[in-house]
Amino acid sequence: MSEHAQASHPYYRIFGILTVLTIAEILWVYVVPHSRAMLAGGLGLMAAAKVALVGLYYMHLKYEGKLLWVVALFPLTLVVVMIAGLLPDALAPY
Amino acid sequence: METMAATLPARKPYSFTNGKLAMWLFLGSDAMGFMGLIGAYIVLRITSPNWENPKLDPPFGINLTAFMTFLLIVSSVTMVTALSRIEKGDRKGLLFWLAMTICGGLTFLCLQAYEWTHFIHAKHELAVEYTKATTLAAPFTNYQATFFSLTGFHGLHVTIGVIYLSTIWIRSWQGAYTAEKHSPVELVGLYWHFVDLVWIVLFTIIYLLPDSVRDL
Repeated sequence: MSEHAQASHPYYRIFGILTVLTIAEILWVYVVPHSRAMLAGGLGLMAAAKVALVGLYYMHLKYEGKLLWVVALFPLTLVVVMIAGLLPDALAPY
Repeated sequence: METMAATLPARKPYSFTNGKLAMWLFLGSDAMGFMGLIGAYIVLRITSPNWENPKLDPPFGINLTAFMTFLLIVSSVTMVTALSRIEKGDRKGLLFWLAMTICGGLTFLCLQAYEWTHFIHAKHELAVEYTKATTLAAPFTNYQATFFSLTGFHGLHVTIGVIYLSTIWIRSWQGAYTAEKHSPVELVGLYWHFVDLVWIVLFTIIYLLPDSVRDL
């Protein structure tokens, strides 16, 4: 981790955002009226935001070099391939 | 040649240690393991006409799992605080915040054990009723199989994380880490944040997604 990273970690601000997002997820499910597609889309976006915040700030990816980014993002690329491969099964009539 | 090498500054090709690269490679492969299980869960759930809703089971009440999620988020912030303390050379701070992180992990495991116990008990009662009514053995549903696989695999990671953190705590207590030399603390932090990150995904897809995803 670089000196810049050590000097400016917004750990508690990120903690606050993660807590607010968790509460927002629950409110999104139980309080906010919307369609099922909006429900799943909103939950997906909030979960992705939380994952990104943990990865970038708590795991310090924001302050790392390109090689670690490649190592971290490679599994995500495979995830996209896997989802594309699973879609025919998932969408087939049961 | 020897003189020239001695006068050149030490080359540092990358800004991270070998340990950090190894940990990231491990986490990448581990993430693919989780994605295999999550992929199976998604396909089974979408293709199932009836999927049980964990939100409706009293022991699962969303409050409990939301609290477990909050607990892991808190343990992540205590972990980064432990790291920032040792970066400043504060060994007592490191010990305290590592201990808080271990407590968070242990509490999470206790709550998961509570959840599993209630789940198994409730499903056992249903199975007994089913057998009485049909004289057939109750089927073990895809929902149950995927629930135990996913939360169990994650729980195993939390257990290993608590053991790993405890080992680092003992080494810290022995004075192994300083402001200049604390790479193992950063590595255990990476592992622990990964466990938190995976739970964020599991919490959403297991507990929060609508009952019938196919009707979206």
